[in-house]
Amino acid sequence: MDYIPHSNKEIREMLSFLGVKSLKDLYSKIPYEMKQKRELNLPEPLSELELLRRLKFISNKNTSVNRKISFLGAGNYDHFIPSVVNYIISHPEFYTAYTPYQPELSQGILQSMFEYQTMMCELTGMDVSNISLYDGATAVAEAANMAFSITGKKKVMVSETLHPEYRQVLKTYMKPRNIEVYETPMKDGVTDKTQVKKSLIEESSCLILSQPNFFGNLEPMDEIFSLLANSNTLAIACVNPISLALLKPPADLGVDIVIGDGQILGNPQSFGGPSFGFLTCKKKYLRKLPGRIVGQTVDSDGKTGYVLTLQTREQHIRREKASSNICSNQSLNVLAACVYLSYVGRDGLFKIAELCYRNAHYLFQKLIVIDGIQPGFNSKFFNEFVIHIDLNLNKLKNILSKKGILGPICLEKWYPTLKKKYLFAVTEKRTKDEMDLIIDTLFKALKIK
Amino acid sequence: MYPEELLYSKDHEWARVEGNQVVIGITHYAQDALGDIVFLELPPVGTKVEANVPFATIESVKSVSDVYSSVTGEIVEVNDAVADAPEIINQDPYGEGWMVKIAMENSEELKDMISAEEYQKSIAE
Repeated sequence: MDYIPHSNKEIREMLSFLGVKSLKDLYSKIPYEMKQKRELNLPEPLSELELLRRLKFISNKNTSVNRKISFLGAGNYDHFIPSVVNYIISHPEFYTAYTPYQPELSQGILQSMFEYQTMMCELTGMDVSNISLYDGATAVAEAANMAFSITGKKKVMVSETLHPEYRQVLKTYMKPRNIEVYETPMKDGVTDKTQVKKSLIEESSCLILSQPNFFGNLEPMDEIFSLLANSNTLAIACVNPISLALLKPPADLGVDIVIGDGQILGNPQSFGGPSFGFLTCKKKYLRKLPGRIVGQTVDSDGKTGYVLTLQTREQHIRREKASSNICSNQSLNVLAACVYLSYVGRDGLFKIAELCYRNAHYLFQKLIVIDGIQPGFNSKFFNEFVIHIDLNLNKLKNILSKKGILGPICLEKWYPTLKKKYLFAVTEKRTKDEMDLIIDTLFKALKIK
Repeated sequence: MYPEELLYSKDHEWARVEGNQVVIGITHYAQDALGDIVFLELPPVGTKVEANVPFATIESVKSVSDVYSSVTGEIVEVNDAVADAPEIINQDPYGEGWMVKIAMENSEELKDMISAEEYQKSIAE
């Protein structure tokens, strides 16, 4: 496809065909008093060299995980992205295409989306998947929409241990429909099973848990979801897709809908986004699935081909009876995830998950023996954990940034009772030297104190 | 195309009166306009229905339509065959393609339905 706008010659030809003298004449119907009469207040154009210099100057004000050692988590993580991911997604047909779903032109994209759906179903154990939503937070909201559509009940139960910002987004989505969001309390860093009362279950369309939860802790999902057994209340799990290489597939726990954020699958942190949300579910809910779905079929010559399918679910046909008004997705980010998963494969993903787990536990064990540091909770965790450090956030940040270290996150801003409790994320990228550096730095800082 | 012994609604349903009950389906015109019907969800036996209120949705490849009840009453029989193989509605809309049988509360409501002739006129417009 060409990317050259019309030449002056073509413009003159078109104007002549229309019978007008200049481009200004095309706006003749707009009243004089509404027209902008001055030039726009824009700086002079820059040459390519000047422009690059200017942009470099601006970008140098930022730092990145390429220059710092990051222990930041809470929904956005520093995982390794193999070079092949960028190589493939940078192909202009993928990178610049807008809504590339016309089957005659886009078999490459449609096939990769189909493969992505398959991979997500393999990871989660669910029967069907769509080709993504905006992010993990909206995926939670869409799952709640589905639960309402399926059960008709106007209450949603969500654990206090789900990411605070996901819960905020959920409330925003539920508000116009007057659906109450009830947050079940936590105890020792996981959902308190005793607070998931029978009467609440009866009234709610679903119960949403996170695995691992916001604190990195592993929830007793099978125990809690078994409480839903004699009701039509849906079990919804928001999961870390890399952790699925180590943990039991949610399908084995009777979960109805599995959602989550896909940033950690081959996508950079990018200061928070873009990312994508994944949504998978049991086959019986297929017609309530929001978003786009790719299907496999045959063309008129009998050859395998891929198309968007089941479009009568979507709001442009089903209108107010659709589960959702979403009509978009994040295919470039999804393509990155698809390439990433294909490249690392099942064995690779397992190794990555295992490394994350081992690194996090090494760091945790070494930190909690330091005077002034205690475990935050008494729970099992995957690759994020909470510890109490006898330093306030600003002091801690100062000490660590001097050593080129980013993180951890202080939980007080979301959970006011968790003062001086810090959330550390440890991925497969962290080396022993990097971890020993933060251990040593904290040890010395607390000793002086 | 439009059997004379049936009653019709403006929303393209037909009704066959059987004593105190009516059998409901959609007309030839409706199945033709919808195209290949791929999905249909029918409510269970015992469901209460109201006149002029939709009780089911019928889906083709390209569209979704509401199916309205012409009478108030209770569903006493459901054609499960059609829920499993919706294409029967395209093939035989008045026979095997029937959808539900309703026990009427007030047979006077049938007066609001129109004859085959009137229905044909309305769709010709």
